[in-house]
Amino acid sequence: MSILIDKDTKVICQGFTGKQGSFHSQQALDYGTRLVGGVTPERGGETHLGLPVFNTVQDAVNATGATASVIYVPPFYAADAILEAVDAGIQLIVCITEGIPILQMLRVKAAMADTDALLIGPNCPGIITPGACKIGIMPANIHLPGSIGIVSRSGTLTYESVHQTTAQGLGQSTCVGIGGDPIHGMNFVDVLSRFQADDQTKGIVMVGEIGGGEEEEAAEYIKAHVTKPVVAYIAGLTAPPGKRMGHAGAIVTGGKGTAEGKVAALKAAGIEVVSSPTDIGVAMKGCF
Amino acid sequence: MNIHEYQAKQLFLHYAIPVPDGKQATTPEAAEQAAKELGGDGWVVKAQVHAGGRGKVGGVKLAKNLNEVVEFSRGMLGKRLVTKQTGAEGLPINSLLIEKTYPIKRELYLSILVDRSSERIIFIASAAGGMDIETVAHETPEQIISVPVHPAAGLQGYQCRKVAYALGLKGAQIKALGKIMQGLYDLFLAKDASQIEINPLIETDSGELIALDAKINFDDNAVEAHPDIRAMKDAEQEDEKENKAQQFGLNYITLEGNIGCMVNGAGLAMATMDLVKLKGGQPANFLDVGGGTSVEKVCEAFKLILSDHSVKAVLVNIFGGIVQCDIIAAGILAAVEQVHVTVPVVVRLEGTNAEQGRALLSNTGLNLYAADDLAHAAEQVVAFAEAA
Repeated sequence: MSILIDKDTKVICQGFTGKQGSFHSQQALDYGTRLVGGVTPERGGETHLGLPVFNTVQDAVNATGATASVIYVPPFYAADAILEAVDAGIQLIVCITEGIPILQMLRVKAAMADTDALLIGPNCPGIITPGACKIGIMPANIHLPGSIGIVSRSGTLTYESVHQTTAQGLGQSTCVGIGGDPIHGMNFVDVLSRFQADDQTKGIVMVGEIGGGEEEEAAEYIKAHVTKPVVAYIAGLTAPPGKRMGHAGAIVTGGKGTAEGKVAALKAAGIEVVSSPTDIGVAMKGCF
Repeated sequence: MNIHEYQAKQLFLHYAIPVPDGKQATTPEAAEQAAKELGGDGWVVKAQVHAGGRGKVGGVKLAKNLNEVVEFSRGMLGKRLVTKQTGAEGLPINSLLIEKTYPIKRELYLSILVDRSSERIIFIASAAGGMDIETVAHETPEQIISVPVHPAAGLQGYQCRKVAYALGLKGAQIKALGKIMQGLYDLFLAKDASQIEINPLIETDSGELIALDAKINFDDNAVEAHPDIRAMKDAEQEDEKENKAQQFGLNYITLEGNIGCMVNGAGLAMATMDLVKLKGGQPANFLDVGGGTSVEKVCEAFKLILSDHSVKAVLVNIFGGIVQCDIIAAGILAAVEQVHVTVPVVVRLEGTNAEQGRALLSNTGLNLYAADDLAHAAEQVVAFAEAA
């Protein structure tokens, strides 16, 4: 089995008829994702990419039985879209949108606190179970169904890890991009715990970066609960303090969130940390 | 986004947060006039730059008379101020804040920010004001109090009282601090701030609380919704190349090395810098060209990188996601020709059609090298930079 999604997961798309939504929905369909419809207010009743368009997420859920949604709406509408999905009972919400104001995400997370819905992102590439279901903007063809679970704060470093584990013949069980924003949905621990519990996953690649303390929390968690081999990489050793490195969440403030600190925490927990991003696949292969 | 102290204090006034009587001035004459209008027999002349640590390097001066106001203003205006937060080049002093002075009994610290781990807005306060709060937090953490605010409940009176008592305030000061905290909270929410810091918040001899300094940062993702805040942007306080990059939707940060980097994706861009360092080189910049990598964007990216004359070689690292590598390669080729790039450019392309992409970049007659993989690309670019 994979984690969170499989070939039977029914997915809808919010922002379905927009440029991004259309392009990536077509890619998902080509991959075999069970995309069953989409939502664009005031376009309900139309057909787009051969699928029904709904005015609301609730309408889409009622008509299709979808349990997952992917969001491609502009930043100032994304908080609304996430909460609409939560309200309609969507279980897995994947928000690709970059640039959501942090105070909006703060309210979204507070509003989600008493629900069971899971959020991946925002500002992330999405989630893929190779050969079964692709929800997001990742390039399909680099993936290979296999045994490695990948979790990362960075999109392109997820692709890098996928490429290397594919080249090593290991393949991936599920890859989750948790996103580069300071306040976001599922964190490393949320994903690691699922990889640990998943039979298909034999090894885990974890890619972190400067900012925040989630890698440190993950290190503690892995030490206590994860028995599968983990290879970690942390980006940003050369990042100057106080500067935001592209991702809203990638910033060292007040000496906290440094790459050195994260690497040290992971190593102290007995986790293999590669110093070069090009060594991820080889190191993972070396664990078997 | 950052603003100047005088702008922050104007915002404070709108939210009933007491600040010193003061006026902004951009010439020595205006500074003198400002001091006259403010009255009194002593003023402070404060250089307006987007950086802390001004006092230690002559950016904040106490003038005992009008002649000194003029003299200090003349000494600061038009100069660049180098503080521990600015880097070696410093920041231009184009404007001053002239303020009345107040008898200081105590210096306190008060700030409000988003705490990413608790996902709450929190207040941080300390009776050890006027110092670097990170030093206080490190050396005497017991002197720091923090209060998280639940987004549904908002700031409550007891939370303000808790902070007030922890700061040793009494009587009317308790309410005064409550008003300041409520003002900060309202301002924070209304303008999408990411951090507001008052250091120091002074208690005067007569027991008044006044924000002697004011620093506000805004959430870059939200500034678009606040034209009044956007209008306060002072581009001269920011890195010219970083400003330019923003116009073209590029994420660029100047560093101090000699190897230019152009990468798609923020994480990969950081990893590429780290790899250059690991191979013995020094990255000159962080640059995320984003997903689309159009010819225009790549051209602008090359122009930016090469406007830094310390750059001896460039590493282009693209993981072709949805966009195919041969299309990206054609774009890089066009850009290198258009911008007349003469320093060696090492390109690492991976993803769909990577081989066709590499073939396009080989034997072009240009100073262009298609690397087999990322590790070799980094080694190659470091060798070029060393040989230059």
